[in-house]
Amino acid sequence: MAVKRYNVRMAGIGGQGVVTASHIISNGVVISGGYSSLVPFFGSEKRNAPVESYVRISNEEIYEIGEIIFPNVLMIFHPSVITLGKSYTMPFYTGLKQGGIILINSKTPLKFSRDEQRELDEKEAKLWYLPATEIANEVAKTDLATNMAMCGAISAIFGLPDLESLAASVKDRFVGKGIVTSGGTAALDSAIEKKFAKKQKLLEANHNTLKATYQYALDQGWANEGAGSKKESAAV
Amino acid sequence: MSNAVAKPKDWVPKGDLQKEISAEKMLLELPRELLFITGSEAAREAIKRANIDCAISYPITPQSETMQQAGYLYDEGYIKEYYRAEEEIGVMSATAGASRAGVRALTATSGPGLMRGMEAISSWPGARVTPVLLDMCRVINTPLAIQPDNIEISFLLNTGMIMLHAENQQDFFDYTLAACEVTEHVDVTLPAMVSVDGFFVTHARGPVSIPSDEYKLNRRDGWRSAVPAMDNENPPARISRDAPIQKSNFISYHMHASWQQEVFAALERSGKYFEKLLKGRIEIINPEAEDFIICSGSAVSQAREAVRQEGENGRVVGLVKVKTLRPFPTTSIVNALKNAKRILIPEFNQAGWMHKEVCSVLYGKCKANIVDGPRVFGGMTMPTEMVIEWLAKARKDFP
Repeated sequence: MAVKRYNVRMAGIGGQGVVTASHIISNGVVISGGYSSLVPFFGSEKRNAPVESYVRISNEEIYEIGEIIFPNVLMIFHPSVITLGKSYTMPFYTGLKQGGIILINSKTPLKFSRDEQRELDEKEAKLWYLPATEIANEVAKTDLATNMAMCGAISAIFGLPDLESLAASVKDRFVGKGIVTSGGTAALDSAIEKKFAKKQKLLEANHNTLKATYQYALDQGWANEGAGSKKESAAV
Repeated sequence: MSNAVAKPKDWVPKGDLQKEISAEKMLLELPRELLFITGSEAAREAIKRANIDCAISYPITPQSETMQQAGYLYDEGYIKEYYRAEEEIGVMSATAGASRAGVRALTATSGPGLMRGMEAISSWPGARVTPVLLDMCRVINTPLAIQPDNIEISFLLNTGMIMLHAENQQDFFDYTLAACEVTEHVDVTLPAMVSVDGFFVTHARGPVSIPSDEYKLNRRDGWRSAVPAMDNENPPARISRDAPIQKSNFISYHMHASWQQEVFAALERSGKYFEKLLKGRIEIINPEAEDFIICSGSAVSQAREAVRQEGENGRVVGLVKVKTLRPFPTTSIVNALKNAKRILIPEFNQAGWMHKEVCSVLYGKCKANIVDGPRVFGGMTMPTEMVIEWLAKARKDFP
């Protein structure tokens, strides 16, 4: 069987849960029976500082480690990654494979410089805008669920991890065996828990957010293009 | 030393419920369960099964998460004593003291922390103490960075300590447990460092298969040692307060020479144990190849993927993974590479310490053209594409 390799680079800002999202997606792929690995990249753990995280997904054992320099998919968790250059990778699309997907958390399309637009066009990049923060606010009543919103959409686009495995992964993160992401996230956990008196309620809000953006991505027709791109241009 | 809430009177440390077994049984015989965990978690699982008496550390990224988790293990009773020292000189000195007292001691640090502790660490092998040091590599040069660059390993290559370089989370688990036992064999009695490239392994999630935590390694017997544990009522000979050692005369020179010769001989003797526990001190893929990659640590993962992609394109590339940097598996490397035509040595540091090591053992024993790279440094990733480009260039330069 030919080895398929899907490489996702996520960029966002500190406090959004980018690293947590990468753990959840990667763990979800493993739960669903696929192969995955991930590595985060950040400076000091502080709010608003640039954060990147990289997830590899495959149908075979993954050897490669470290940052993903040549991704198929970019997930931009915050517009300021692009507009303010809050990113370790500048410009944000550096290394994107031909025909790759860029999923941006923004209600409205962003304006790029002429050079940026030309390079994006040359790469035949698929630019998709997802109002992730708005959906998180609407469904979970908190923008802290933005990362869940991004996860839900990527599940629809790839079909991997499937929504069920993704939900199981979210559960792993917050209850049961727990997933260690970093020391700093422990503090964030307690802040979220205060807001949601019970973990069950927190899980429910997260699951609903996943479902909402999963459906949003389906409605946009991204799933078909995503699946198509998996077979052709976006697969390495 | 701890501010933890007092345990109830009927509390039983969980470590007391584990069954003691040898490293051979732990690593080679017990059935394993596959988990999807980070390198820091893999280290925690190893520590949980290592029968550690005393763990001491000082926080530094990317090591902190491992020893933070060691704190939980202490709370649960898998580690008998645990505390945060004042800084790394204190950590490394206290760890040596614990080991000298006859218990199994473990610590962990990263890049700048390792540099700070170097004075004390360098004294470990000669003192024949046996602590295990987990080293999560991190940039030490200016400008400051927390990303992986393994130049720090080169600073310890000539101390006389055992040095293992783990490729991934699985190795980090296995090598740590192997080190905990091999260090304590009577004919070894040396400290060990188990290095991994930080972040790429410590903070990255990957598959790790581990045996049940119902088992732990046999406890250390401090008397069964080349230099017995400290008996405080009868102070040991090997404390450098004896006049002949401190004074520069023929006796002190002889003593220094023999101590160092003993250390390096003991280091070589440790090789046979790793050969067994790690199933060889090197791993070879495609032994018949003309083009070879030889490396250690994270570079092996990138090389493995390069070998696979080259294979997909019909090109056979060989790979030699070096597991023990000290003792260096000289004979195995010479045998594996003697017929190679081109050799690439990818490294995650600027100096190319592995290149120097390999060149020194292959000199006069192999006709291959040895390429001086590829290398990345300052914490950067080496993309697989880079390894493949260098392979193509080597074929062109040395047809």
